[in-house]
Amino acid sequence: MRLVYLGKEYEEPLPLSYAEKPITDKGIQGARLMLKEANQAGNFVGHSFELEEAILPLDGDVVAKAKELLAKGERFIIADLEPADLLAVADLPEAKDALIMNIRSSATSLRQEQCRVNVFHIIPDYAMRADAIAQYLIWKKWPRWFVIRRDSPQDQDFLAQVKRSAGRFGGKVVEDKVYDLPPGARNLDSGHQQIQAQIPMVTEAAPDHDVVWVINSDDDFGDYLLYRTYLPRPVVGTQGMQAIAWDKSYTESGAMHFQNAIPRIAKRQPVERDYTAWLGFRALADSAMKSGTTTPQEVRAYMLSDQFKLEGFKGQAMSFRTWDHQMRQPIVLGGGTRVPVSTSPQEGFLHPTNVTDTLGFDQPETKCKFK
Amino acid sequence: MTRIALAAISAAALLAFATPSFAATPMIFVSNEKDNTITVLNADTLEQIKTVKVARRPRGIVVSPDGKELFVAAGDGDIMDVVDIGTLEVTRQLESGPDPELMALSPKGEIIYIANEDDSLVTIMDVKSGDILAEVPVGVEPEGMGVSPDGKFTVATSESTSMAHVIDTASNKLIANVLVDSRPREAKFTPDGKELWVSSEVGGTISVIDPKTWKVTQKISFEVPGVRPEQLQPVGMDFTKDGKLVFVPLGPSNRVAVIDVASKEVKEYILVGQRPWHGEMSADGKKFYVANGLTNDLTVIDVESLKAEKSVPVGRLPWGVAVTPLPQ
Repeated sequence: MRLVYLGKEYEEPLPLSYAEKPITDKGIQGARLMLKEANQAGNFVGHSFELEEAILPLDGDVVAKAKELLAKGERFIIADLEPADLLAVADLPEAKDALIMNIRSSATSLRQEQCRVNVFHIIPDYAMRADAIAQYLIWKKWPRWFVIRRDSPQDQDFLAQVKRSAGRFGGKVVEDKVYDLPPGARNLDSGHQQIQAQIPMVTEAAPDHDVVWVINSDDDFGDYLLYRTYLPRPVVGTQGMQAIAWDKSYTESGAMHFQNAIPRIAKRQPVERDYTAWLGFRALADSAMKSGTTTPQEVRAYMLSDQFKLEGFKGQAMSFRTWDHQMRQPIVLGGGTRVPVSTSPQEGFLHPTNVTDTLGFDQPETKCKFK
Repeated sequence: MTRIALAAISAAALLAFATPSFAATPMIFVSNEKDNTITVLNADTLEQIKTVKVARRPRGIVVSPDGKELFVAAGDGDIMDVVDIGTLEVTRQLESGPDPELMALSPKGEIIYIANEDDSLVTIMDVKSGDILAEVPVGVEPEGMGVSPDGKFTVATSESTSMAHVIDTASNKLIANVLVDSRPREAKFTPDGKELWVSSEVGGTISVIDPKTWKVTQKISFEVPGVRPEQLQPVGMDFTKDGKLVFVPLGPSNRVAVIDVASKEVKEYILVGQRPWHGEMSADGKKFYVANGLTNDLTVIDVESLKAEKSVPVGRLPWGVAVTPLPQ
């Protein structure tokens, strides 16, 4: 079985801490690990796997590259792409029978109005993330949320999902405040003194709230809120306690295997995209091995069948929602703490068929219509 | 007269305290993953005899066939502690390799097979000397180990690769690799050696494998009204002495399934404590003991009536159970 890792060197937000090195190989390291593991497994049953790495420079033409790969017969694509590029590739006529694993974008539109029948979403979307945090806050009886955010398209998407979660689970967004101080430089000697004075002022006027929900995809101020708000309040969202598919603190259900394996090849700790790339590859490799076939049609049929039960260190089988191809999965609540806070779905949030479907868009709510 | 008798007893008690010997007491051992201890219970009275401190994160435990030693896989200690059952002290350690979780002994107890998750290896070790006899590469994240009753085959499950790997113990070479459902945990042969059973925790099934062909002949799944299917996760498996029934703790569903080995039908689901993963049959085969991870206790099930009779407290996050054999 041949797979392609198709990516682009997008500009990534710099970590807020000057001491934290930007990571330039997120994702691909997870795919490389799975290549090794899939061949280790495949060796025993007569399957082999190859991975072509096609990571283009920022000004590279993803569509041209995709056409070239598809013309060569490649059909299994791990897509480390932003929504516009992802859709451009998915909409190519020659990609019609391809299987494209979205390991990067949490944009909810990709699972809703912009869903595509040849795209499978490994990474949770903002709706799942918001629901994962919201369930925990409701369980804690902290229903009043003060949102403070930037205004990028990702931030607006997350905000809409936070409001949706509030409506679903009985929370309330008591205020939606856009933080408009420009980010500026990351490293300033004695810079903390100004921040320490600014944050209480920014948070002072908010109505009564139980938590501060920060939405800052560019990671340029969110961490400043922790321990500095006017009232002593926990911080959740894109900083503070986060809802993520993988966290460096997560160790349960065999997770230490992945925590140990990535540093051996990448010389750094795993990040979420390493996990989604690993899992996306694994979904394809497992389906090929268990169904005994490598044609896109049959792998696809197996992946969407009841037999498909993917293991990925979450203590339960993962599978795809047939209505939007989102992978159903438990979500870790961590991100800033040395041990995870919890895993959602939370106890008590019920669902007639699968409790993980309490996270994100369930079948009755979906706006996805596969053509 | 009474006074003299009492004095004699207390002298005996003192003497026993000075050089304790538990060899004659039938015992149950429970590994407490969180406490880094082994709880030792008197199997007749269910009273605690001792709590033995061991290396970090004890999980898999197994008693030697002669009843003299208890082997404890300490995953976070990267070591295997050996407890002398006569004194209930850790007397030696075996270099198990990193993160040992489960192990199995050869029928006579002279060889131990250890799954090393990190290195995707099965380590085959001489029990007496601790010498490594062989290392067999298997799939990613090996976990469960099972030896056939005649000692000819050893099976390792690999959690990430979803396979049962069969090792020929004469050559220490892999002779078969059987694909099973997701996250296989334990591998056990029926007492007559005619079937190999492999539990798949995330797949929610048990695969029954024919050792003549090493092919899956049947899959057993579980169903309890009102319990979500993803909570029915088989982990441990223990056959009754007559080989007619198997007891399967089902993790998050808080139940133990009892399967009829001949028909492969589930006869009963017995409610126990929270998150049972492993258990063990009593030496006389009349009781099944199961460790409840989240409620910190051990439930005793009567094998004849299939009723949970009693639960007794053990340490925190109890994981594995082992018992001393009947006196020989």
